[in-house]
Amino acid sequence: MPKTIDEINKKIKKGEAVVLTAEEVKEMASSSGIKEVAKKVDVVTTATFGPMCSSGAFINFGHTRPGIRMAKIWLNDVPAYAGLAAVDAYIGATELSETDPNYGGAHIIEDLIKGKDIRLKAIGTGTDCYPRKTVETYINKDNINECFLFNPRNAYQNYNAATNSSKKTLYTYMGILLPNFGNVTYSTTGELSPLLNDPGLRTIGIGTRIFLGGTQGYVAWNGTQFNTTTARNRKGIPIGPSATLALIGNLKKMKPEYIKPAIFEHYGISLFVGIGVPIPVLDQEIARAVSIRDRKIETLLCDYGAEGHPPIARVSYEELKSGSIVINNRKIKTGPLSSIYVARRIAKVLKRWIVSGRFLLSEPVAPLPRRSRFKHLIIRKGGKR
Amino acid sequence: MKERFILGFPPECSDRPITYHLIKDYRFKVNILRAEITPGKEGRLLIEAEADSKDFERGMDFLRRERVLVYPLKRRLNIDLERCIHCGICTAVCISGALDMERRNWQITFNVAQCVGCELCIKACPLRLIQLNFLNNLNG
Ligand code: SF4
Ligand code: SF4
Repeated sequence: MPKTIDEINKKIKKGEAVVLTAEEVKEMASSSGIKEVAKKVDVVTTATFGPMCSSGAFINFGHTRPGIRMAKIWLNDVPAYAGLAAVDAYIGATELSETDPNYGGAHIIEDLIKGKDIRLKAIGTGTDCYPRKTVETYINKDNINECFLFNPRNAYQNYNAATNSSKKTLYTYMGILLPNFGNVTYSTTGELSPLLNDPGLRTIGIGTRIFLGGTQGYVAWNGTQFNTTTARNRKGIPIGPSATLALIGNLKKMKPEYIKPAIFEHYGISLFVGIGVPIPVLDQEIARAVSIRDRKIETLLCDYGAEGHPPIARVSYEELKSGSIVINNRKIKTGPLSSIYVARRIAKVLKRWIVSGRFLLSEPVAPLPRRSRFKHLIIRKGGKR
Repeated sequence: MKERFILGFPPECSDRPITYHLIKDYRFKVNILRAEITPGKEGRLLIEAEADSKDFERGMDFLRRERVLVYPLKRRLNIDLERCIHCGICTAVCISGALDMERRNWQITFNVAQCVGCELCIKACPLRLIQLNFLNNLNG
């Protein structure tokens, strides 16, 4: 008998819902079968905690008296985007400080969450309604107006694994890739990862309530670079990068343990984002999807040492997570980029929230795109007007 | 290779330009971190020296010939496990296997004995939690 989200929410309110983490449900499926999962389990919690460069926060500083229309803004010497009204700004995670190469937008986000004071410097041109031309002061999360994380691309449904055939060490967003196929890195949590547990995106859509950075957040839109054309394996899992999510949530309520700035040597700054997504087990098809194990989740191993990062092999997460894989008859060490340890904790926290009735599931307001392809940027001379 | 050690100069050799020769003849890159020179006593110099391994060997022989005492400083990799998020990024570059993933709890493990001091993990850790510390074992 299929269930509805409404029915599941009623059970959650009564404290009767059966909630398992994505790993627990897979154990159950292998011992008692998918039918049993569909019958007994109401919600499966999935999670990820990995570096997600396409993240940032909107801030409204409030007005000084007299006011300023901020045209350029720096937070602890990190430029913030000021092209929004008078005192709104967007601070992107990867923006670098103008004075410290190991500090950037991601650190501003962390400092805001921690409640630290941040030096704000802004300049404007001075207008009749906003005569002030400069301001220098300190802000923190308690003395500003709204501050929300709005990440344009998070929670990739699968991503490439990386290696390097070239003769030199590469410093990339996939970590340090050693020469001559010296190592392999991979960035998703495989069977624990949100969008890999609902490969058809049946339950996740615009408006879905989630765990974001330690508080409740929402799916705001499909993420950028959303791609539905990626080839799928027999289990319906895309083999390589496909769907993504744009996420939104109140930064003021986030916890520093679930949002962490990251420095990638000779590449730049990124942000570890903690995400947890509940999957309602509505029917047998979803029960089957949440039961798929790492063995059946595959991705492409791409060579970052060659132009265009061509794929050189197809590998499963079981192989990647085992610690080594074999390429050209050679055993090569693999290492993750995202923390399965923290992701497991997130899945458990979200499970607790649901079991205790603090967190209800939401019906998507609108579905994610059914068709969308990833375009390349074409360089051309002259344009039509 | 890069090493730190304390050079002990017996009083009779304190006037010879030892570090000059290390730099000039053995192509050492020398960074003097601390100097203690007391007239009539053994002088001590804490240096960090970098040279390719052949030059390094020859430089060491030179120091022995000059009767300079060489006390190597033990290096120890220090990981701030309190703040570690167990992302495992450091394990990907640790070819010696000193850093690895414990695959039941997905936490990193560090086996000092296997560490070859390549320092790649220091650059790889996105939280900058790994440091190389030098233990001065001169005084016990
Ligand atoms: S210094 Fe090199 S060998 Fe030692 S733990 Fe780090 S990566 Fe491994
Ligand atoms: S890279 Fe840093 S944070 Fe990540 S597991 Fe290693 S020491 Fe911990």
